[in-house]
Amino acid sequence: MIATLLSGDKPRSRLLTAMLVAIFVGLALAPFLFPGTRPLDVAAKVCVFILLVASYDLLLGYTGIVSFAHTMFFGIGGYGVGIALSRMEPGWGAIALGAAIAVVLSLVLSFLIGLFSLRVKAIFFAMITLAVASFFAILASQLSNVTGGEDGITFKVPEMLRPAYRLLEEPFLGVTVGGRFITYYLVFLGSLILFLALLRVVNSPFGRVLLAIRENDFRAEALGFRTVIYRTIANCLGALVATLAGVLYALWLRYTGPNTTLDFAIMIDILLMVVIGGMGTMYGAVIGAAIFVVAQNYLQEAMKAFSGWTKGIPLLPDLFHPDRWLLWLGVLFVLSVYYFPHGIVGQLRARAKK
Amino acid sequence: MRERIDWIPPALIAAIALGALVLIGNPSTWVTLTIAGLAMGLLIFIMSSGLTLVFGLMDVMNFAHGLFITVGAYMAVSVMKLLSASAGSESFLVNLGALLPAMLAAIVVAALLGFFFERVIIKPVYGQHLKQILITTGGLIVAEQLIHVFWGPDMLPLQRPSALRGSFLVGDMAIEKFRLSAVAIGLAVFVAMILILNRTKIGLLIRAGVENKEMVEAMGYRIRRLFVGVFVAGSALAGLGGALWGMYQEQVTVHIGANMMVLIFIVIIIGGLGSVGGCFAGALLVGLVANYIGYLSPKIALGSNILLMVIVLLWRPQGLYPVSRQ
Repeated sequence: MIATLLSGDKPRSRLLTAMLVAIFVGLALAPFLFPGTRPLDVAAKVCVFILLVASYDLLLGYTGIVSFAHTMFFGIGGYGVGIALSRMEPGWGAIALGAAIAVVLSLVLSFLIGLFSLRVKAIFFAMITLAVASFFAILASQLSNVTGGEDGITFKVPEMLRPAYRLLEEPFLGVTVGGRFITYYLVFLGSLILFLALLRVVNSPFGRVLLAIRENDFRAEALGFRTVIYRTIANCLGALVATLAGVLYALWLRYTGPNTTLDFAIMIDILLMVVIGGMGTMYGAVIGAAIFVVAQNYLQEAMKAFSGWTKGIPLLPDLFHPDRWLLWLGVLFVLSVYYFPHGIVGQLRARAKK
Repeated sequence: MRERIDWIPPALIAAIALGALVLIGNPSTWVTLTIAGLAMGLLIFIMSSGLTLVFGLMDVMNFAHGLFITVGAYMAVSVMKLLSASAGSESFLVNLGALLPAMLAAIVVAALLGFFFERVIIKPVYGQHLKQILITTGGLIVAEQLIHVFWGPDMLPLQRPSALRGSFLVGDMAIEKFRLSAVAIGLAVFVAMILILNRTKIGLLIRAGVENKEMVEAMGYRIRRLFVGVFVAGSALAGLGGALWGMYQEQVTVHIGANMMVLIFIVIIIGGLGSVGGCFAGALLVGLVANYIGYLSPKIALGSNILLMVIVLLWRPQGLYPVSRQ
């Protein structure tokens, strides 16, 4: 049963299994295990980023193409529901319409970009996506009458998802079963289902062709696979899932803006997560996103303490300033690319094999 | 035998400039915009020429090229601050006493950083595109954070030297002094580069390497060494460009280089990856079109670069001056 759900792609390492189970249980029971607003925010963010990073892994790890436009699709999803919910009656119909329009837009864009630039080298695709994504980010901040500009859009969600809504009068196991509770499980289940779907995709014959293209596109082409078509489909699939992740994240935040979706810093975060977790493994997305989001929220405090101890020594307090946490993750990123190309998951699997 | 020059792209640039004159209608506005466009284009050329050569020579794409721009700009900030007395003087010659050291510092530090970057970051991943993109992006993250450590996270003002502030008035045309100097420096760099590439042995080897590096190696030349030289020179130029671009904008943030990267990529794609002439034509095209459209219809100005790239690629899929490769 579990093997079928995972599409036969088992973690293949005991420690990895334990970590995955811990993350799964932690996320599944987050409202019960970690009461409070901030931990639940962190949990929801982890869910969304697992999905986002997994969809990016489909491109980077499985197909071997580097896209810098992933946050653009993430943003399209967020703005899709955001604009629909702020313009229309806030109901499920608006969400469906906004998401549908966003998905269509993402598919058309990713198809065009793919067809336009995937015929040539990976580098060309990376440069084109960078240009298009930055253009889109500027566009979103300039068209302020549609997108709210730099301020973004704060919108109302359907009745059932609002914090004031109560499904049960009495708290269940000490937890209020209300709008936030329902929204969290919507985000959690949406991410889980889409993640399993991605796992299905990469373990299908289609996924095997993608791997072949990654390893040697020349040979794959010679075997009769039209690499452009496969790469373009992978690009569209990645964009589709990223858009849906954007929809979920916007519903959770009840807000969409450049800083939560389109910012280049988020693109960098995604890259860090997928590389540190492990490219081409899917589970790497789970590990990478969980570690990263937790580090983002809690590493800073540790660094603050360390920075305090080193006061007086030149340079060290600055290097360990809480705002410099990205420096250390960046160093980890560079080292991972050199020495652990399959990230944490790859390391754990290699150890299990010995 | 001299190669025949393809005159269509330069003619296109001239045609766009003339077309803009008709559309704008006012010659003095047009002159101001054209000078601004040329200045912007030439500065972009200074920053991007190294990148396109590096790609042409070794098939290496450095996504952290913007870092050298940022470092150049920050060095200019520091040096100009140190020499603020001579930068604030009214005499142009005294100003040079601050401007030249600032540019020199930008060049030297960017070159050293380029050498370090090539040896430590890029050398292990020759020939692996995916890793190059990842590793250089990683290097960029780390370096940007280190700049925060050394210079602080705030936006820093970068004053132009006093003699280069303000503008000349020729009739009713206002020509900004700084833009004119940027045009002069940009043209000087372009001419020097063309002379080196076309009239020296090193230039010959570089051009040969872009077309067929195995053959150059077979002749007994160490292309790796040549490549390091080009990489360092390209970084130095990016540093110079960064210092000038910082003065052009009169402020410096840590993202100055990363923000330029988008334009630089557009320029080298338009020009044809690996082609210096194409890079020059592409940079002028981007600079001029951005300024004209920004005046004529600010609404679509943001998309003008992307639109330009799409149109050029539909017309010539390999860029304006495709580099022939065997």
